[in-house]
Amino acid sequence: MFYVASNAIVLMWHSYRDWLTGMDVTFALNGSPVTLHDVSPTTTLLDWLREERGLTGTKEGCNEGDCGACTVMITDENSSRSLNGCILFLPQVNGKQITTVEGLSAPDGSLHPAQQAMIDHHGSQCGFCTPGFVVSMATSHLNGATDHDTELAGNLCRCTGYAPIIRAAKDTARQPVPAHLLSLAKNTATPQVPKVVDLQSGTVQPTTKNELADWYADHPDATLIAGATDVGLWVTKQHRTLGPVAFLNRCTDLRGITETATDFRIGAMTTLTEVEQILAPHFPSLGAMLRRYGSLQVRNAATLGGNIANGSPIGDSPPALIALGATLHLRRGDKRRSLPLEEFFIAYGKQDRAPGEFVEAITVPKQVDTLRCYKLSKRFDQDISAVCGCLSITREDDTIKTARLAFGGMAGTPKRAGKTEAALIGQPFNEATMRDAMKAMMEDFQPLTDVRASAAYRMQAAQNMLLRYLHDAQGTATDLLAVMP
Amino acid sequence: MSVAKPLPHDAAGLHVTGAARYTDDIPTPTGTLHLAFGTSTRAAGKLKAMNLEKVKSAPGVIAVLTAADLAYDCDVSPSAHDEPLLAQDSVHYAGQPLFLVIAKSHLAARFAATRGSAEIEKAPPLLSIEDALAANSRFEDGPRIYQKGDAQSALGKAENTLTGCITMGGQEHFYLEGQAALVLPQEGGDMVVHSSTQHPTEIQHKVAHAIGEPMHAVRVETRRMGGGFGGKESQGNALAVACAVAAALTGKPCKMRYDRDADMIITGKRHDFRIDYTAGFDSTGRITGLDVTHYTRCGWSQDLSLPVADRAMLHSDNAYQLDNIRITSHRLRTNMASATAFRGFGGPQGMLGIERIMDHIAAYLGLDPLVVRRVNFYADRIEDAPAVPETTQPLPDVAQDSTTRGAQQSQNANIPEMPSDIQTTPYHQPVTDCIINALTDRLASDAAYQTRRDAIAKWNADNPILKRGIALTPVKFGISFTLTHLNQAGALVHVYQDGSIQLNHGGTEMGQGLFQKVAQVAADRFGVPLDAVKITATDTAKVPNTSATAASSGTDLNGMAVRAACDTIRERITEHLSERYQTQDITFADGLVTIGSDTITFAQAAAAAYEARISLSATGFYKTPDIEWDRIAGKGRPFFYFAYGAACTEVVIDTLTGENRILRTDILHDAGASLNPAIDIGQIEGGFVQGAGWLTTEELVWDNDGVLKTHAPSTYKIPACSDRPDIFNVTLWDQPNPAQTIYRSKAVGEPPFMLGISAFAALSDAVAACGPAYGDLQAPATPEAVLAAVERTRG
Repeated sequence: MFYVASNAIVLMWHSYRDWLTGMDVTFALNGSPVTLHDVSPTTTLLDWLREERGLTGTKEGCNEGDCGACTVMITDENSSRSLNGCILFLPQVNGKQITTVEGLSAPDGSLHPAQQAMIDHHGSQCGFCTPGFVVSMATSHLNGATDHDTELAGNLCRCTGYAPIIRAAKDTARQPVPAHLLSLAKNTATPQVPKVVDLQSGTVQPTTKNELADWYADHPDATLIAGATDVGLWVTKQHRTLGPVAFLNRCTDLRGITETATDFRIGAMTTLTEVEQILAPHFPSLGAMLRRYGSLQVRNAATLGGNIANGSPIGDSPPALIALGATLHLRRGDKRRSLPLEEFFIAYGKQDRAPGEFVEAITVPKQVDTLRCYKLSKRFDQDISAVCGCLSITREDDTIKTARLAFGGMAGTPKRAGKTEAALIGQPFNEATMRDAMKAMMEDFQPLTDVRASAAYRMQAAQNMLLRYLHDAQGTATDLLAVMP
Repeated sequence: MSVAKPLPHDAAGLHVTGAARYTDDIPTPTGTLHLAFGTSTRAAGKLKAMNLEKVKSAPGVIAVLTAADLAYDCDVSPSAHDEPLLAQDSVHYAGQPLFLVIAKSHLAARFAATRGSAEIEKAPPLLSIEDALAANSRFEDGPRIYQKGDAQSALGKAENTLTGCITMGGQEHFYLEGQAALVLPQEGGDMVVHSSTQHPTEIQHKVAHAIGEPMHAVRVETRRMGGGFGGKESQGNALAVACAVAAALTGKPCKMRYDRDADMIITGKRHDFRIDYTAGFDSTGRITGLDVTHYTRCGWSQDLSLPVADRAMLHSDNAYQLDNIRITSHRLRTNMASATAFRGFGGPQGMLGIERIMDHIAAYLGLDPLVVRRVNFYADRIEDAPAVPETTQPLPDVAQDSTTRGAQQSQNANIPEMPSDIQTTPYHQPVTDCIINALTDRLASDAAYQTRRDAIAKWNADNPILKRGIALTPVKFGISFTLTHLNQAGALVHVYQDGSIQLNHGGTEMGQGLFQKVAQVAADRFGVPLDAVKITATDTAKVPNTSATAASSGTDLNGMAVRAACDTIRERITEHLSERYQTQDITFADGLVTIGSDTITFAQAAAAAYEARISLSATGFYKTPDIEWDRIAGKGRPFFYFAYGAACTEVVIDTLTGENRILRTDILHDAGASLNPAIDIGQIEGGFVQGAGWLTTEELVWDNDGVLKTHAPSTYKIPACSDRPDIFNVTLWDQPNPAQTIYRSKAVGEPPFMLGISAFAALSDAVAACGPAYGDLQAPATPEAVLAAVERTRG
C-alpha cells in the first residue's frame, strides 16, 4: 500500500512540475547523468552541447545532417549507433546515453584506438571533420562493423581524400574495444525517464501507439516527429515554429518487423537501418539501395513511416515498396484502414491521409525476388536520387507475366509506370520488348529539370533502366561496383 | 634531425579529442553579441527601399544596420575597392548582404535576418558568358593577350587543325568550418580580432579602415582554420569588418559565423571557364600552332579575378612546349557571387584546357593520348636559371592594400631577353628544372600503363554496357605569387632561458601542416627535439605585413624566414660559447650543444646566453630571389621554380546512365626533398580527390534569375569516402629542388589538385570506347554529362 501511495505522490509531483516548468529531459552524457528542466523541445543536441554545455568538440558543418561533423554516439537498450547531433532534438535523447568525442578516451585519459589510429595514419589535416569521423569510427568499432565505406559515408572530409582515414579505420578494427565503451550498453540509460509533457508548447512524447492515436486524434494539426531527419531542417534551416509536437521515438510498439508466413509487417517507427538488416537477405538489390539511402547516421534516425508519410517524390523507399506490392496501414484513433502504397500518393504534397491519421505499419508480401533497385545520383553515396527506378518483372518461360515498375524523381509522387508495365506484360523478355516499353514510358512520365538532372536525362536514364534489367538478367555485366581494378 | 621525418600534424592529438579550438569554439565573454546578414534574393537592380520593421522587432535583436548607418566606408574588397560591406544603391548578386542584424544569439540573428524585405527595381541580370560579352561587361579594358611565336601563321601552315571548346564548372570550397570571426573591443577603440582567415594582415587592414583607425589599433589572431583552400583568402573580410563595426557601435564583443547555406550563397567560388581552341599539329600529334581563348565569369566584383585569370593563362602550356601560341583571356563581370581564390588559382582551368586539347588531338589522329602528350613535353633538363636583376618600382599609393593578390602590379619590370637556345614557356620564362619525361616514364612503368591499356581495350570489346578508360596526365605548376612583392615572409622566434622555444611566423594553418613543417625547421636549426618548440597562433602583432598563406608558398616563405630567425639566435649563442670556451668547434644536435670536448644541454646554453645578457629573440625575413614579371606584357620570370607530378587513373562508366567510378589511381609527385613525407602525401591524396571532385560530382547550378540552387551539401556533392580510388598509390619523386628553397623542398599545396585531371581524361577515354565520333565530354562529368558524351560518340 505504502508503495503504491508513494508512487502516486511521485506521479502527482511529476505532473505538477511538468505543468509548472515545462519539459524535462534526462540522459547520460559521457557517463554522467544530466537532467534538464524547462528546455525548448526543438533545441538540437548539437546546440545544447556547444552553447550550453561548452563541449565544442562536436562541430557544426552543415546543420542539416549531410556532413557528419556533429556525429555523436547514442546508446540505449537496442544498440549503440551514430547520429547527427545537428538534427537531433533533446526529447529524442531522453533516457539515452550520449557519447561525444570528449567521452571516447578512457577514464585514465588514454586515447580510444580510433583516435590513436587517426594520429598514426595522418587521418586529420584541418581537423574540423575529425571528431565526427572519430565518433563514427568508434561506434562502428563497438558494433564490429568493418565495411568502412558504408560506415563512414555520412562523414565528409575536404582535406585528406579519405585514404588515410580508411587506413586508420582498418587499423582500429584490429584493436580491442575499450572497456568503458563495452560497459555502455549494460548501463541501460538513466533509471527515471521523465515523461515529456509540455503544456505550454503542446509537446508530448507518447510511449504507446494507443496513446499516440488518442492524442493525435485530438490534435490533428500537430507535427509528428519520428527521426527528425526531415523535420529537423524545418527548424534549423527554415526557422519554423512547429506548434504542438509529438515525439514518437518512445512508442516502442510502433517499432520492429514481424515476419509471418506471407509477409513482413514493418512498424512505422522502424529505422531504415533495421529495415535494411531484415529485408536485405530477402531482396538483395533493395538492400544495396538502402545501403545508399542517406548515410548511416541518417538511416539510424530515419524511419520507414516517416519516409512514406512525408510524401516526398524523391524518397527512395516508396518506389521499392510499391514494386514489391506493399500495403500501407493507417490509423486514426481506433479506426484503421489499409491501402496499396501507391494509392497513398495522390499528388505532389498531397497524400491520402486524414487529419489525425498516422502511418502505423507497412506490410511487404513475401515473393520470389525479381526486384532490382536502380538509384541514380550525382554522387554514389549519400545523395538524393535524380531517378530511383525499382523494377520487378516475373516471367513464365520467356514471356513476361507480371511487371511492377515504380519510379521516384519522375513525377510529383513516387509513381508506377502503368503504360510501361502494360507494354511489357505478355511480351517476350527481349530487347525489342524493352524498346517498345521505353517508348511507352514517355506516356507515363513528364519529369522536371532541377539541380539534380534535366528532364531529358531523367527520361533517358529511366528508360535505359529497362535495358539494364534485361542485360542483368541475361548475365551481361551492368554493375559498376562489380568491376575490379 | 627533425626535418624529412613523417611526423603527424602538430595538432593531431587535439583534433582527435575535439580539443582543437576553432574560431567558433573560443569561449566568448558574457554579453557577446551575434551577427547575421540579411541578403538580396535578386541578382540585379536598384535598391529602392528596405522594410526592416519585422527584423527590428524580432526576439533578441539589438540593432539593425544598413549601409547608411556605417560611420566609415566599409569596403571589404581585396582589390578594387568595389565591395561595400552592405549594398548601397544597387544590388549586384543574389545573396549580397543588404543589412546587418546584431542580436543576442546566433539563432536570434539568423531568424531576424529572414524577416526583412527589400524593394529592388528589377533589372535583367548578366549571367552567362554570352550576356556579359554582349554587354561588354568585363574587368580591364579588353581581353588580356599573351603570345609567343606566331600562332596565326603556324595554324595556317599546320598539317592538321581542329577546333573545339570545353566548359568547366566552378567549385565551392566546402571547407568544413564555415567562415567565422570574433571581435573583442579593447580600450581606446582598439580591436582584437579572431578570424578564420588565410590572410590576417588583410583582415587587419580592412578592419582598421572600417573603424577609422590606423592598422596599429587592430590585432588579428588566427590559430587554425577548418580548411581554407583559397576560400578564406578574401572572403572572411566581410565577417570581421561587420563584427568590428558592431563592436565599435555597441562596445560589446561581436561574433559572426555563416550558416552553411549562407556561406555558400554569399561567398565566392572557383571561377568557371569556357576555353575555345584552334590547334595545329603534325601527324605525330606535335602541336605546331595554338590559339586559345579563355572566358571566365568573375562575378560582380573584381576580388582576385585578375591574377586568377592570369594564372590560368600561365598554365595554358602545362608541361608542353608550345612555340607558336596566342592566349586570349576575357574576365567577365556577371551578376553572381564574386569568384575568388581556390586551390590552383586559375591554374587548373588553364591546364584542363591544354589537357583537353591533347585528348582531342589523340582522338583525331587515333593515337594513345599519352603518346601525344609525350611528343609535346618540354625536354628534361636541370640547369641554373638565369639571374634576374631587381627593378626599382615607383612609390606605391599608400591608400591601396598592397599585401593582397588583388593589388595593382607595376608594369615596368626589367625583363632580359632570353637566348634563343633555351626552352621557354609561352610567357618567356626559361624551363630549367624539367623532369616530366623521366617522371612520366617511371609512373607509366610503375602503374603498368601500357599493359593495362591493352587489357582495357580487350575488356571493352567484351562488355557492351560498361566501358573502362585509363589516362596518364602530367602537372607542371609554377611556384610563387605572380604579384612579385608578395614573395616575402617574416618570423619571430624566442628562446626562453629554460631552452624552450616559441615560434611565430606570418603563415596560417588551415590543415596543410605548415606549422609542423616550419616547427621541424626550427627544431632542426637548434638541434632540439620537436617538443621543445611551441607553435603559436598567427598574430599580426608578432609578425606584421604578412602575405596571404596562399599560392602554395607557405612553407617556402615562412620556413626560410624562420630559419633566418633561428640562425640569428643560434649564432649569438655560438658566439658567446665560442668566447667562453675558446673554441670554434660548436654543434647543436639532439638537444645538446657540443663545444669542443664539452657537452651541455641546449637549456644550459640558453641560460648561459641569457646571463651573459645576450638577446634570445630574433626576427627573420625572407624574400624569393630571381623573380620578375610584367603581367601586361606577359613576359618575365613569375615563378621561382616549377613543381611536377603525374597521375594515372582508371575508371569505369555505365553507358546506360553515365554513372561512373574511379577504380585506381597511381601518382608520382615531386615535392623536392620533402620536409615531411607524411604531410606531403596527405596533400597529394587530398588534392587529387578534391580535383577529381571538381571535374565529376561537384556541380554548381543557378536558376534563370541568377539564384544559386546548390547551396548545401544536400545538393552540392563533394567526394565522399567511397569516391576515392579503390586502389590509390602515391609516391614521392623525392629529388631535391634545384632551386635554393628551404632544405630543397618543393611547394605541395596546390600542384596535386591538378592530378585530378587524370580522372576526367580517363572518363574521356572510356567515352571514346563507345563509338567512332568524338565524345566532347564537358566538365563536371556528372552522370548526365557522361551519358551525353556517350551519345555523341555514336553520332
